[in-house]
Amino acid sequence: MNSFPIIRVITKLLIPYILLFGLYVQFHGDFGPGGGFQAGVIFAAALILYGLVYGLPAVHKVAPPKVIEKLTALGLLVYAGTGLACMLLGGNFLDYDVLNHGILTENHFLPEGQHLGIFLVELGVGITVTAVMTMIFYAFAGRERVTS
Amino acid sequence: MIEQLPVLVIVIPLMAAPLFVLIGNRKLVLLLTQLVCWTVFGITVSLLSRMQYGPISYELGGWPSPYGIVYNVDYLSAFVMLFVSGLGAIVITYAPKSIDKEVHHSKHTLFYASYLLCMTGLLGMCITGDLFNVFVFLEISSLSSYALISLGKTRRAPLAALHYLIIGTVGATFFLIGIGLLYQMTGTLNMADIASRLQAVESSRTMLVAFAFMTVGLFIKMAVFPLHTWLPNAYTYAPSVVTCFIAATATKVSVYAFIRLIYVIFTPQFAFERLPLDSALMAFSLVGIFVASAAAIYQTNIKRLLAYSSVAQIGYMLLGISMSNVGGLTAGITHMFNHALIKGGLFMVVGCFALRIGSLKLEDLRGAGKTMPLTSFAWVVGGLGLIGVPMTAGFVSKWLLLTSALSLELWPVAVLMLLSSLLAVVYIWRVVEILYFSPASHLAKTAKEAPMAMLIPTYIVIGSTIVFGCWTVYSAGIAHAAAESLLGITQMGGVQ
Repeated sequence: MNSFPIIRVITKLLIPYILLFGLYVQFHGDFGPGGGFQAGVIFAAALILYGLVYGLPAVHKVAPPKVIEKLTALGLLVYAGTGLACMLLGGNFLDYDVLNHGILTENHFLPEGQHLGIFLVELGVGITVTAVMTMIFYAFAGRERVTS
Repeated sequence: MIEQLPVLVIVIPLMAAPLFVLIGNRKLVLLLTQLVCWTVFGITVSLLSRMQYGPISYELGGWPSPYGIVYNVDYLSAFVMLFVSGLGAIVITYAPKSIDKEVHHSKHTLFYASYLLCMTGLLGMCITGDLFNVFVFLEISSLSSYALISLGKTRRAPLAALHYLIIGTVGATFFLIGIGLLYQMTGTLNMADIASRLQAVESSRTMLVAFAFMTVGLFIKMAVFPLHTWLPNAYTYAPSVVTCFIAATATKVSVYAFIRLIYVIFTPQFAFERLPLDSALMAFSLVGIFVASAAAIYQTNIKRLLAYSSVAQIGYMLLGISMSNVGGLTAGITHMFNHALIKGGLFMVVGCFALRIGSLKLEDLRGAGKTMPLTSFAWVVGGLGLIGVPMTAGFVSKWLLLTSALSLELWPVAVLMLLSSLLAVVYIWRVVEILYFSPASHLAKTAKEAPMAMLIPTYIVIGSTIVFGCWTVYSAGIAHAAAESLLGITQMGGVQ
């Protein structure tokens, strides 16, 4: 696609807004429609668009396959880690109520338990979905081993 | 922490898997995987030992029962989890040398991560009390097993995995359609809650359709006779270690889900009296036992031979379930356990052959009894168990099944069962003859005995089939308690 200036310019214009919209869907998921899954897909769409237009080597520079592979695991760990933290604080697995913490919540540094729990869990989902979507794209576009 | 044990069974392997991908060091990950598997096994042992004080339920996220997801541990689920995690642990202890030979080094950490995810899925299907959660765990275990199977050495492995993926997805989709219809009719996904609301809508056509979809979906996953086509290839071309684990556990857990479906969600009255599922099950099982055993006799690959035998053995479990009395159900559940040990053990023996001989064709195994005496002897002992010779685990479950069939005066079933054991004699003996009484092939002549690191776990599993053939307190005893609580005879029956 290197010979199509219009596509290249439009892509460059679009990508920041796609990323921003992804972040909006991610962080507004607590109040409105959205959440980690949708945000992850939108975020990955930006990477995939970049890859389609500028080629695989360019997008590999932005999001190296090795890092993407680790991010897949990291997202799941964030999710399960939130659950584990709830258990360590004395509740059941994923019982966000125990994430309440007097001072920080009162001064609005951090949201209260249920809110904070959902936020962290959705963050984990977002990371994993972005990484998995990108990895699928790499696997099909590269037709070579993504890992190794 | 004691009250958190039910969720730790799931969370520990679930969190370990991504952690291992982050660590990425082959040797370290192997050690940690073994550690995790044995820890999970320890937890399931302690869960089962608590069963004498009654069933445990655990509310995820602190949400009360019909609204949130609940994990239930009772005799049946604790028993199935025990042997799933036990075999998972012993197989991964046996695994390193075999994996080293059969799986590309760059894939090792992903292999161990998938192995743990597969175990998570299987354990999750046992423990959860939420129907949708069963589907999610079913998919976790299936997807990771597709990945594991595709890691086989030959180029046929990915093809077998793809075949399994397509058929397995159809099965899972059917199961999900059934869940959707049930949810539409009852407005809840909690198994106990669905069961209590079903009475009102039992006669509707939607219920029949839901039940049919779920049954067929699980039949595919169990590899019941006419729907078993994915199984032989998947078992044959997967790496040996994967075959050991999946053959020993995966189909059993689907049988477990089927038992839950019939005895906890829908009632036996609905499945067996309003619908003729009991006679259908009996017919499928008996035809399956004969056809698959006969197919096993004609195989030229030892792994494929055992795979067909697995299809046949599922028949015995379903036969027990279809009898719908304590005796039959006990026999079915006991056979799940005994067959897991026997088939796990036999596939471990096959893994030893694969390591030293490098080929699993029967003609290449000729005369291996001389160069690999310990491995070959393990085959003989495990084979006797599969046939059901007295003093082996296989005998216990077949005896229970036989007495139960006789008490229901199902004479033809009893006779056919005994005849089918003769087919098992044929295919086991065929291998024994090749191992001991044939002139050695050039591959077998130069083979060395399998390493102790693999033989000891193999002998532990094979030896346990003898132990549980003589001493049945913890196999048939617990199965009996599980069967009684399923049929609602006693809610808190202790181990006899």
